[in-house]
Amino acid sequence: MSGRGGATGEGSRPAGGGRDPAGEIRMRRLAALEALYPRFEDERTVVVTIMGAVAAELQSLGHRPSFFYLQHAMGLASSIGLGIALCRPELTVVVLDGDGSVLMNLGGLTTLGRYRPPNLVHIVFDNESLLSVGGFPTATATGADLAGIAAAADVPRIERADTPEDVLAAFDRATGSGELTTIVAKVEAHYTVPAGAVGFVTPLGLLENRFQFARHLETLKGPRP
Amino acid sequence: MPVSLDHSRLIYDALKAHGVRLISALPETWLVHLIRFADEDPDTILVRLAKEEEGVGISMGAHFAGVRSALLMQNHGFLASVNGIVSGAQLFRVPLLMLISARGELGEPDPWQTEGGLVTRHVLDALRIPREDLTSPDHVEDRIAKAHVLAYASNRPVALLLGRDLMWEAA
Repeated sequence: MSGRGGATGEGSRPAGGGRDPAGEIRMRRLAALEALYPRFEDERTVVVTIMGAVAAELQSLGHRPSFFYLQHAMGLASSIGLGIALCRPELTVVVLDGDGSVLMNLGGLTTLGRYRPPNLVHIVFDNESLLSVGGFPTATATGADLAGIAAAADVPRIERADTPEDVLAAFDRATGSGELTTIVAKVEAHYTVPAGAVGFVTPLGLLENRFQFARHLETLKGPRP
Repeated sequence: MPVSLDHSRLIYDALKAHGVRLISALPETWLVHLIRFADEDPDTILVRLAKEEEGVGISMGAHFAGVRSALLMQNHGFLASVNGIVSGAQLFRVPLLMLISARGELGEPDPWQTEGGLVTRHVLDALRIPREDLTSPDHVEDRIAKAHVLAYASNRPVALLLGRDLMWEAA
């Protein structure tokens, strides 16, 4: 990405990171979601996403009652995931976060690091921009390192993933580790409107999604005596 | 410390009696005993926040997970949480019980609390959040019960304002 320059930025990148020789990020978020999607088919895995492209793209792969799309309240997807994970340790909770959202709630990373629920996987798609409001670059475009921030916030496991295969492998290591993991996946600032969506608006109503999701979590408790 | 231990216990017991199993909080003077009770209670999940707005998300998650929660904070923490309340709890119709220490009102000696005291009730009203004062031990249990009933019937936030006369004991 233009504007990234100098010794500080590139020097901190992992070897063989997901950039082409010109320094452009190569992974598309949709490809990462496609790689992860089979893992989300377990009904005891629940997924909380941020708004915008992440929500629309995940829905385009097939909505499930175990998915909740936080279509606003930027920054709080990880807090919602923390609340679910602490209350329902028998579930696997996946938060699909973004750089803009994480930057709005950096304190929340310290809360994640403090309580570190072992059943939470926190995936940050870092496209270095606020894509849904015009693509303005975030601070990760100029060098802020969310994986480093998460590590410093005491999140016990950190992964960086640069290809869909890496994202899936990191996810499997996370769920196998029994420790809270933040996976930072650099993705292109790219969004193609999925069929059925208008911009970022999909046919699934916010409240329909919210009540269906809560009902799903209730049914996972098993039949009531 | 002149924060009322007995009245804090009364509030805590009333929350427990109405099924609260998760409490998220950002410490402030008036809340110290309440937070300590939650910390010492093996049946309560206490989440100490970095900023109060996180607590809105944690309570949303707890609600989706089928667990009753309460968010304890100072009125300035409420003011810092407004977007989460509006575009989280209200947009998604989540019952959210907020216990807000009403700093900056009559008797407030700290100059830095006074501006917040002037606006808190107006902001709650602008957000159409039902509010009730807790100012006497005589009505603590009843009002916490009724706040719970309304929050769950309406699927919306409800605020209880913890007053100086309840929380603070004359030295």
